[in-house]
Amino acid sequence: MNLNNATITELHKLLTDKAISATELTQHFLSRIAESDSEINSFITITPEVAIAEAKAADLVLAKGQHTMLTGIPMAHKDIFCIEDIRTTAGSKILADFIAPYTSTCIEKLRHAGTVTLGKTNMDEFAMGSSNESSYFGPVHNPWDKTKVPGGSSGGSAASLAACLCVASTGTDTGGSIRQPASMCGLTGLKPTYGRISRWGMIAFASSLDQAGCFTRTAEDAAILLEHMAGHDSKDSTSLNLAVPEFTAALSEPLAGLKVGICSDYFKEGLEPEVENLVMDGIKELAKMGAEVVEIELPHTKFSLSAYYVIAPAECSANLSRYDGVRYGYRCKDPENLEDLYKRSRSEGFGSEVKKRIMVGAFALSAGYYDAYYRKAQQLRRLIKNDFVSAFEQVDVIVGPTAPGTAFPLGAKTNDPVSMYLQDIYTIAASLAGVPAISIPVGLSKGMPVGLQLIGNYLEEAKLLRVAHQFQQQTNWHQQQPQRNLL
Amino acid sequence: MITKQELSVLGDLAQLSLDPDSRDSTLQAINEVLELVAIMNTAECDGVKPLAHPLEAEQLLRSDKVTEVNQVAKFSQAAPLFEEGLYLVPKVIE
Repeated sequence: MNLNNATITELHKLLTDKAISATELTQHFLSRIAESDSEINSFITITPEVAIAEAKAADLVLAKGQHTMLTGIPMAHKDIFCIEDIRTTAGSKILADFIAPYTSTCIEKLRHAGTVTLGKTNMDEFAMGSSNESSYFGPVHNPWDKTKVPGGSSGGSAASLAACLCVASTGTDTGGSIRQPASMCGLTGLKPTYGRISRWGMIAFASSLDQAGCFTRTAEDAAILLEHMAGHDSKDSTSLNLAVPEFTAALSEPLAGLKVGICSDYFKEGLEPEVENLVMDGIKELAKMGAEVVEIELPHTKFSLSAYYVIAPAECSANLSRYDGVRYGYRCKDPENLEDLYKRSRSEGFGSEVKKRIMVGAFALSAGYYDAYYRKAQQLRRLIKNDFVSAFEQVDVIVGPTAPGTAFPLGAKTNDPVSMYLQDIYTIAASLAGVPAISIPVGLSKGMPVGLQLIGNYLEEAKLLRVAHQFQQQTNWHQQQPQRNLL
Repeated sequence: MITKQELSVLGDLAQLSLDPDSRDSTLQAINEVLELVAIMNTAECDGVKPLAHPLEAEQLLRSDKVTEVNQVAKFSQAAPLFEEGLYLVPKVIE
């Protein structure tokens, strides 16, 4: 078996059959990172010593037969998750030297399950971006075509998996930051229901939208990871106090009788024709598998992007006020006074996209503009949520494109922010409503991957994963590899 | 649309100093975002209750007990300047 692109399920079998040790598996991926990450820049920090120590511990657990499905599985984590004693930067100069003093709950759970930490992956600064070009640590290159972006903001996590530098990776999704890079890198990318996974120790961008999730090669692997990542956390009052379902249990149920909704608003101007064709082919495949396709309406979806670009900046302006050069993070040299310390530390520490969003947020929250911007956006958010509630009275899942196109060339949209924001046009509504969604590969357009987005009702990740898994039993798009991996 | 004067006020509110060379481009970039969000004005929202949180969850309360130990020595290691239990900043009162 080729270890490079093996799934969690396949590697678990090798590990428990003693065909390979966790240490050997970890060394394999560390060697791959050392050999080829310089070409794609998917890691900000590589942690070989931590990885080997965790792998050796995993081997002891495997020897005792006390393993989980994740024992000894090498993972990469988005550099937005704090991990104790490891540098955690959020892709920003302001945290470039920050050593986290504690570990996020999500990563703690994965480590408790026996995963191995290979390192921290590159990302758009503070998760603000759709191309991974706003990172202080340089852009990430798409393994399918190094001249193109991997998507963002979790671009490093997506690229590292697409380049076979890990077995799975974590990400966060505020407006599409897992689903869009998954689409552009040919991966399965899951954003669970808001609150399903604890946000504690995950560096905040927009707290009412931020949600942890994962990149995997298959929906089955995503189900395995979610079982270990999800659950209530007393340290995060927004985490759902509900039992974690066995997400893998229902994967094999066939799709007969399933109602799949399609919304015409997701197939309008701006969607690349070849992407539309592949998505429609994917929908036909679901129909062939027994699903009934139903047209639905989401009448307020067209306001998603505008509502998001008020709410997310407003929350980011509040969340990022903590970076003041006093308690942690970058401090400017020789401040003249306290105000100079604050202003210069922040101005020198943040990149231009982050500064812009902070100021847009400050504007939307300022006296005289609050009702016209922030309150209005929150009203629209309720209407967008109500649309989904109504739609899920008619259908089980909603299906459509993940992104309007395939990965674009590096630098192509950096001077056109609105064009960049439109990359998330199909993913933002689910984020505003807080419902779960997944992107799965549905084909290649001019050699670049295209994603199919499935959106589910609140807490129905199991159904989403089942549809994705069944689709992957009938298609092989998720097994396609970048040419560079085959060399 | 915001003006150059309003941009200066925003800079103060956000504790960001604006580089004179990038002031015009920043103003343009912010106004492009505001133009994008202006589509909201075409939506009819009268009587719609604002949604602050997707789950409409209520704030959880917990008993008023100390659950964490003080880790000042560890946390202060991340500070740019820390001495004798204090985070040091420039003189505030002259």
